[in-house]
Amino acid sequence: MFAYIVRRILYAIPILVGVNLITFALFFIVNTPDDMARMQLGAKRVTPEAIEKWKAERGYDLPLVWNASAEGSAKATGTIFFQKSVRLFVFDFGFSEDKRDIAGEIRARMWPSLALALPVFLVGLAVCITFALLMAFFRASYLDFWGVVACVAMMSISTLFYIIGGQYLASKIWHLVPISGYAGGLDAVRFLILPVVIGVVGGIGASSRWYRTLFLEEMGKDYVRTARAKGLTEGVVLFRHVLKNAMIPILTGVVVVIPTLFLGSLLMESFFGIPGLGSYTIDAIQAQDFSVVRSMVFIGSVFYIVGLILTDISYTVVDPRIRLE
Amino acid sequence: MRTLLLLLVFLTGCGEVWNDPYPVADRGKNVLYSVFAERPKHLDPAQSYTSDEAVFTRQVYEPPLQYHYLKRPYELIPLTAAEIPVPRLVEKSGITYSVYDIRIKPGIKYQPHPGFIAENLSLKKQIIEDLQSPYDLPLGTRELTADDYVYQIKRLAHPQLHSPIFGLMAEYIVGLREYAGRLQKAARPGQWLDLREHPLEGVERVDAQTYRITLKGRYPQFVYWLAMPFFAPMPWEADRFFQQAGMLQKNFTLDWWPVGTGPYMLSRNDPNARMVLERNPNFRGEAYPSEGEAGDAQRGLLADAGKTMPFIDRAVYTREKESIPLWNKFLQGYYDLSGIASDSFDQAVRVSVEGEATLSPEMEARGIRLDTSIAPTIFYLGANWLDPVIGGVSGGDSAERARKLRQALAIAVDWEEYLSIFANGRGVPSHSPVAPGIFGYRDGAEGLNPLTHAWKDGKAQRRPIEAAKQLLAEAGYPDGRDAKTGQPLVLYLDSTSRGPGDKAVVDWWRKQFAKLSVQFEPRQTDWNRFQEKLRKGSTQLFIVGWSADYPDPENFMFLLHGAQSRAKTQGENASNYLNPEFDALFERMRNMPSGPERQKIIDRMTDIFRRDAPWIGGFHPKNFALFHSWLGNAKANEMSDNKLKYLRVDAAKREALRREWNQPVLWPSVLLFLLLMLSIVPAVISYKKREQMAARTVS
Amino acid sequence: MPVILVTDVLVWLLAAAATGYAFYCRRHPHLAVPWARVFRSTAAMASVVVLGVYVALGLLDSLHFRPELEKKDGEQKAYSSEVLSVLDLALSHLRGRSEKTYSAPLATRSFAKEQIELPDGRQLRDFPRLRFGGAHLQDEGEWAGDVAKRMLTGIAVAAALLFLIFLVMKIIRKRRPEIPWSAAYAAIAVLALLAGPAAALSSGYHVLGTDKVGQDIFYLALKSVRTSLVIGTLTTLVLLPVGIALGIAAGYFKGWIDDVIQYLYTTLNSIPGVLLIAAAVLMMQVYIDLHPEMFQTAVQRADLRLLFLCIILGLTSWTGLARLLRGEALKLSQLEYIQAAHAFGVRDTRILARHILPNVSHIVIIAMVMDFSGLVLAEAVLSYVGVGVDPSTNSFGTMINAARMEMAREPVVWWALATAFTFMFALVLAANLFADAVRDGFDPRVRM
Repeated sequence: MFAYIVRRILYAIPILVGVNLITFALFFIVNTPDDMARMQLGAKRVTPEAIEKWKAERGYDLPLVWNASAEGSAKATGTIFFQKSVRLFVFDFGFSEDKRDIAGEIRARMWPSLALALPVFLVGLAVCITFALLMAFFRASYLDFWGVVACVAMMSISTLFYIIGGQYLASKIWHLVPISGYAGGLDAVRFLILPVVIGVVGGIGASSRWYRTLFLEEMGKDYVRTARAKGLTEGVVLFRHVLKNAMIPILTGVVVVIPTLFLGSLLMESFFGIPGLGSYTIDAIQAQDFSVVRSMVFIGSVFYIVGLILTDISYTVVDPRIRLE
Repeated sequence: MRTLLLLLVFLTGCGEVWNDPYPVADRGKNVLYSVFAERPKHLDPAQSYTSDEAVFTRQVYEPPLQYHYLKRPYELIPLTAAEIPVPRLVEKSGITYSVYDIRIKPGIKYQPHPGFIAENLSLKKQIIEDLQSPYDLPLGTRELTADDYVYQIKRLAHPQLHSPIFGLMAEYIVGLREYAGRLQKAARPGQWLDLREHPLEGVERVDAQTYRITLKGRYPQFVYWLAMPFFAPMPWEADRFFQQAGMLQKNFTLDWWPVGTGPYMLSRNDPNARMVLERNPNFRGEAYPSEGEAGDAQRGLLADAGKTMPFIDRAVYTREKESIPLWNKFLQGYYDLSGIASDSFDQAVRVSVEGEATLSPEMEARGIRLDTSIAPTIFYLGANWLDPVIGGVSGGDSAERARKLRQALAIAVDWEEYLSIFANGRGVPSHSPVAPGIFGYRDGAEGLNPLTHAWKDGKAQRRPIEAAKQLLAEAGYPDGRDAKTGQPLVLYLDSTSRGPGDKAVVDWWRKQFAKLSVQFEPRQTDWNRFQEKLRKGSTQLFIVGWSADYPDPENFMFLLHGAQSRAKTQGENASNYLNPEFDALFERMRNMPSGPERQKIIDRMTDIFRRDAPWIGGFHPKNFALFHSWLGNAKANEMSDNKLKYLRVDAAKREALRREWNQPVLWPSVLLFLLLMLSIVPAVISYKKREQMAARTVS
Repeated sequence: MPVILVTDVLVWLLAAAATGYAFYCRRHPHLAVPWARVFRSTAAMASVVVLGVYVALGLLDSLHFRPELEKKDGEQKAYSSEVLSVLDLALSHLRGRSEKTYSAPLATRSFAKEQIELPDGRQLRDFPRLRFGGAHLQDEGEWAGDVAKRMLTGIAVAAALLFLIFLVMKIIRKRRPEIPWSAAYAAIAVLALLAGPAAALSSGYHVLGTDKVGQDIFYLALKSVRTSLVIGTLTTLVLLPVGIALGIAAGYFKGWIDDVIQYLYTTLNSIPGVLLIAAAVLMMQVYIDLHPEMFQTAVQRADLRLLFLCIILGLTSWTGLARLLRGEALKLSQLEYIQAAHAFGVRDTRILARHILPNVSHIVIIAMVMDFSGLVLAEAVLSYVGVGVDPSTNSFGTMINAARMEMAREPVVWWALATAFTFMFALVLAANLFADAVRDGFDPRVRM
């Protein structure tokens, strides 16, 4: 197991290099260092000297990927790509283009993101499983039918409508919660209730329907029939056997998401003014802050890979027959 | 269902108003609530330039001069200076120099700051790492001296700072450009560069209260720069303090923690969410102005005359990126003042018969007040002078054709309609480059552009489209077709794409050109690409804006100065307009004192501008500001950003009104809850049935 | 002058391919049987009708041309720079009649007050009459009667049409009794009863109101359909070859090929999707901006962006299909008959073409229909973030985005948002129901 994890982590390195290369390529095909300098220096009274100075100070005066004028190994290392990428691998994010500490920013913004994403995830999981169980319990009845109809209808509505509608009703018309914003500590609850409810409701449709098929599949299996034959009531069968066994695909399916919860939700955060990592990323793209974009993509991929490893481990935990090698 | 329960439990714990975004403990305090949209990039006075940043920097830093809060037209008055400096002209080996001696008032103290305690200048690394805020250290203060002003001017040339005005100032301040070169050599990475050790020729200390700036030539506009934070004092101790190793990693920099002598100090800097300005306990106190514009007394703006400012203890700025929440929170009373987004305009404002804006009855019932002001800004449709079709470089006949074409467009493009559709009339169409309220601007019939408008019934009316068609035909494009080739005329408009609303704007532009049967092609790009095209001079028509640095016609006219050409010299003349006559007049006008002579030259320049029409019309935006009834002394002011000290808040009234406006509406939630409960009933019935059935099948 | 947009070509090719596939299926029972199963579902039949209407709109909107400019004697032929479609022609009464600004559905007066000059020179601030909406009414008191009359006319025409369809249906029903024709008929009836009055009213009013610059919302919604369809279908078209080729190759060849392909999709997957799309869209926008000479008209430019968006979405979402196919190919390649084919020295290409590909085709079909609705929804979100279609392209995303601002008005401007919601909901719902039926028809065990 330990050897397996070590191998997976080593395997992650080429992936992260690839991710970095893609980000780098995408960013610098669109922007030149000159563009970045202009973006940062503003629109008024920008002189060519100021741009050169800005680039030199931040190391953007080097060639992008190949330094022909340098000697020996410096041909490869004396470039923007090398200088800017290597440090990422020891999680040294450096400073954003407006000279702010990226690591500190990420640490500060992680919590609001998590405060929104984690409840959405947990409550959503609980609600969807409950709903799916109910539908499975009443399978082939009119309740099940209308449940599925409701699910399909709910998943056919764009998230944008949930957000716009929810904000309009709950905040503007009914004065129940603040329209947007965020505060630290326990005060955050007031700001988070609405986005969490919207996040959960928006996810009910697709997830419940999927869980329902999982439950129904499980209910078709022999052991369930045996259990029924033993005279167990439907409820007991459902909760003790079906739920337990269907949890395996459900859990392994969602484990990969857990680390990425830190990254927050782009849409929710920008609508509700929550200062999390999602809105940080959007801002950085708009401000063409390459350092931040690169760091966020890097963290995103790290979390994704961690998620994959966790998924593998979770397989062995829920099903002892699986061995990782 | 569980979330709903949670919702009820938590909300009832929060008091009677549920949607208050602020902590309960702050209710009823003498605090101002406002917003900021963009996170400020720089709070360092050498670098900060945008109006977003000015909201904070202007309350902290005190340059020698400021604008009068109430008087119009805008007037400079001393802030820390004893009087407005008058330059002495000195002749030295054939070159004229202007020498400014600036005397500052004695007894001005800095805000509390750790840099003023000597021990804090050599802190251990561990201490810095454990700090939450620089204000957690022991704080000190000292008196403001002339050296601090000198130090800051030197910082404009600092190798690690990017001062946007360095290029401009290096043209004028004696020795500044060379000074930057010297500093570049003297700078050692990771070490504090003590600017006191490096003298600057053109800026020197005379005595503890006086410093002297020497400029090459004359530059009467220089006093306006003295009202900007670029020329605010900077104590060397603060610079030294923030240059200690480890400070940067904690975001402890001058860019993040400004230090000044102003009425407020930035006590909390969380640019993602909230910025807090706290009253500076060492502030000397300044008297509220006792004179104003006519009518200010009736509006209650002089009630506080002579009283000691500031009035408000704390100002909380919340970040609000989206305009909808901002507007709604303003209506709910959670922001004390607000601008108006175009979409909320009808709700807030009615425009009366005379074209004057008044508040809608709903707003008036809430006690909201409205103040409007025309910004010293211009947005214009520029024609690229280098373009073969519409520009003016090709000589002789074709230049005349292009001029006629531009004139025709200037009549056809209906800016009045543009403003009424996209800005709810919040702006005035421009007739000359100079914005209203600035010297050189002419109002009414006098200021009319006779090419595009005619004076009728006491107001300017756009000339009929037939006149434009006539000009177009004279230009050689009758009915939008090239008279020689028969090909339709196609014009290209470059603009920056701002998002989905653009479609409407593009459609509108198409309509304008269609009036002349001219084919129209929009070319929308992102900001960078757009700027690049301007720099290369590869545009045809384009829309850009300019916001003036100071209220002087020079700051507008230079946008048309040939030497400022964007394509040739990367200057601010985006349309690359070049007219030797205009340039010669500009050179004469720029350094003149404002008077009838200057007005005459400006009038002539305006005439040339109108005939050549390098800009095919444009507009000056009008700002509408709304204030709640509990906010006192509020007046729209486009020049002075250090407004906070003048304002006053009636916190008790605000509390009462907020409560009245924000009563939660509960029944829909209760109804929803009941419906959910009801939906359980069939489930329960069904469940009972199932259980029985299961039992039966087994037995 | 006809204008041939790249997406037009692809859309029509796709339509032709779909028709060809339908005929192919009829002659091959192993495909005809699952499709027959699909059409036995009532939900599928109803949604096919709805989707059919959307597709018809989309196809009509995919025939573009530039109208000729009026010319005088001796002048050359010249064409307008504006590009129209056949749908625009059919809806020209909606397209041309734009008001100044907002107006409510079926309104006769503008939504916003305005300065009106009275004949006697006095000025008044009131809601002005609309230029087109209800302009035929002399007296606004006739409004209710006129609206009712038009609605009844519409319903009457629709009813007549429905009766005809009913007769046709009766004949078909006898031939194919197993298909739930009544569901299709119900759907047709609902659509006809909505479309009839809408058409009758739209000649005199703005049925769904107007937007900020006075454009008819009904028209905008109909024009947005094409964008949704293009995104939903062309994206899959891009994703299929990549996903199929790489997925099957990885599962079949294993070894280093598998490693490389797995590396490729893990890497792509690990980059947050929106970032990847945003960067790619911006990049392509730069390319378009740098080559203005390639495009004669703005529509062509916007069209290229739409196509690129499809390609980008396709290239970022092939990974899911590839992984699924890899697993399936892995399983198949272990089967005895394929092992046997190997032993007999049958070439890999032949095995892939004859044995593997046909055996995964059901997964491909299911993936295609399942992805559709997700892509339609994604377009709206991407346009909100600003990396979606060109701002000048009509789409539900741009509509929602513009309408979002209107929710802050008071009284609220609800019609634009409501229209976008309804049109989009109907499309996505129909697509979802159809996809479900397809999945059940082909392989209920495939999870997507």
